[in-house]
Amino acid sequence: ASRVMVASRNYADFASEATFEIKKCDLHRLEEGPSTTAVMTREEGLHYYKTMQTIRCMELKSDQLYKQKIIRGFCHLYDGQEACCVGLEVAIKPTDHVITAYRAHGFTYARGVPVREILAELTGRKGGCVKGKGGSMHMYTKNFYGGNGIVGAQVPLGAGIALACKYFGKNEVCLTLYGDGAANQGQIFETYNLAALWKLPCIFICENNRYGMGTSVERAAASTDYYKRGDFIPGLRVDGMDVLCVREATKFAVEHCRAGKGPILMELQTYRYHGHSMSDPGISYRTREEIQEVRSKSDPITLLKDRMVNNNLASIEELKEIDVAVRKEIEEAAQFATTDPEPPLEELGNNIYFNEPPFEVRGPNQWIRYKSVS
Amino acid sequence: QVTVRDALNQALDEELERDERVFLLGEEVAQYDGAYKISRGLWKKYGDKRVIDTPISEMGFAGIAVGAAMVWLRPVCEFMTFNFSMQAIDQVINSAAKTCYMSAGSISVPIVFRGPNGASAGVGAQHSQCFAAWYGHCPGLKVVSPWSSEDAKGLLKASIRDDNPVVMLENELLYGVPFEMTEQAQSKDFVVPIGKAKIERQGTHVTLVSHSRPVGHCLEAAAVLAKEGVECEVINLRTIRPMDIEMVEASVVKTNHLVTVEGGWPQFGVGAEICARIMEGSAFNYLDAPAVRVTGADVPMPYAKILEDNCIPQVKDIIFAVKKTLNV
Repeated sequence: ASRVMVASRNYADFASEATFEIKKCDLHRLEEGPSTTAVMTREEGLHYYKTMQTIRCMELKSDQLYKQKIIRGFCHLYDGQEACCVGLEVAIKPTDHVITAYRAHGFTYARGVPVREILAELTGRKGGCVKGKGGSMHMYTKNFYGGNGIVGAQVPLGAGIALACKYFGKNEVCLTLYGDGAANQGQIFETYNLAALWKLPCIFICENNRYGMGTSVERAAASTDYYKRGDFIPGLRVDGMDVLCVREATKFAVEHCRAGKGPILMELQTYRYHGHSMSDPGISYRTREEIQEVRSKSDPITLLKDRMVNNNLASIEELKEIDVAVRKEIEEAAQFATTDPEPPLEELGNNIYFNEPPFEVRGPNQWIRYKSVS
Repeated sequence: QVTVRDALNQALDEELERDERVFLLGEEVAQYDGAYKISRGLWKKYGDKRVIDTPISEMGFAGIAVGAAMVWLRPVCEFMTFNFSMQAIDQVINSAAKTCYMSAGSISVPIVFRGPNGASAGVGAQHSQCFAAWYGHCPGLKVVSPWSSEDAKGLLKASIRDDNPVVMLENELLYGVPFEMTEQAQSKDFVVPIGKAKIERQGTHVTLVSHSRPVGHCLEAAAVLAKEGVECEVINLRTIRPMDIEMVEASVVKTNHLVTVEGGWPQFGVGAEICARIMEGSAFNYLDAPAVRVTGADVPMPYAKILEDNCIPQVKDIIFAVKKTLNV
């Protein structure tokens, strides 16, 4: 936990907590939904703020590094959607499981990977969280299964993780995320059926940011009520720009699963400021005005900041100090990520198999061989 | 004498008993006792938690099996035939095979995908494809192809105990075939090591390399040729990936002639790989004639019996190829 420095006011000056009205969720096959009020303590608020701000700065730094060609290949940024991964993370336990698709940097951080290891993975260095072997779309840590490149494939995987949770009666759940684009994948409907049939503790979460690459939801889906598309699976539609809304909805969903009621589906309505990836400017299929409107009216970090300041949970100066600390952390992480060496060539052959005696792997011709250790 | 079916059944039974993390899922594996009765009696013995019937959703249940394997379970995922695995091939390759490498070893996927592969009898083009070459192509996977009951039992047990994704290509026409099994092979800890071939018959004039059902055809061809004074060395690959090319090389050094035999299509197949590797290795200089391949015909499998019979490598085709390469 970070120590928050208070500039000129004492702790006694702030409220310890405040209650907020949050948007009611649309419900599908549910008699009641999550609470429409949320209590947030000062500590929680500061934690949510710092986490979201860290993700925001990390993503903007990645944008910079990509334009400098220090990050290569695919880079799908999460800025604008911070309230989703943070709201989800604070409503589950570290022993619960999370799997998502390729827009994964925010989740990777929320699940515990330090910024420097994320950035170093993006720059392909040996200090990256998977030694530079994975890149942007393939980052993992304990109880976080990536980072998956094939649209929709992570959904059956998530249900499988949920099956493992149920198999040993561990009372854990798996958050299985996908986007509005992926929501039309056949394997997701196969998974809905399997999860409901076998009552798997799987929370399906559709992060609807209105666009699947360059295709708006209206042009891709016959029904854009993603929270209803699980049909026989109960669903809720959540304001994904409000971290408290996401938190309360997730708590509700988690309770549903832990009670053995089977899967549940949450649609988080959110927005990404960047295009689909760094090679998409993001303005050919949507207007700058639209992006600007979301930024000025619905930015998740601004929303939280205003709530905290207006309810005496924190001061503007205090939050500015957090901003400074976050920027410093990101700069240091970027410094590490640009100076750490690339993985040694010997790494090329490693980790083909798990728990296997060393063997040789063929290179580009028959005379070039690499050793493979597990 | 034990049939391949019973050998597989024993292997599943023993491994389900040995490790509670092992479970079997697939279409009809539980209450139907298995589409080909491989899992007969197992649901009755182990129940719903360990033997799971799935709806017809290959991509869904294969993905679920891989997800479960990424956590702490050891699934055996049955494809009713490997033709249906094409529905789920993304989960086998992108989710199972590559994950250990992409995660720098932090996630392992100890899963077995098994089921009948290749031609059967009169089942038509969509149900007769051999997937040895497709799966054998991919790093991160292990691919095994048993012939005898000993192979079937030992390789299935080894595959289940392996911490990596293994594709086990069985053969429907072999399920009912009985083989001798030694005392040792019938013990509960008998495993056949993955990555090691076996010499089924010693010989001096030509090396026949094969996998799965064609191994039997090679032995029949060898018996016929022996009467004419040609002694064939028959190698049963047992594993497609990682392939035991060293054993093939040692044999070619001895016999100076090589014929590969497989059920799959010729282009980019198992035989093509063997030939390429022999060229690259020490055995090339010992070849007295170019290596020869006997394969399935390069067409989708037709239905009429006369046509189908001529699309798979028969004993006469192997004999002809041997005589051609020996120039007799």
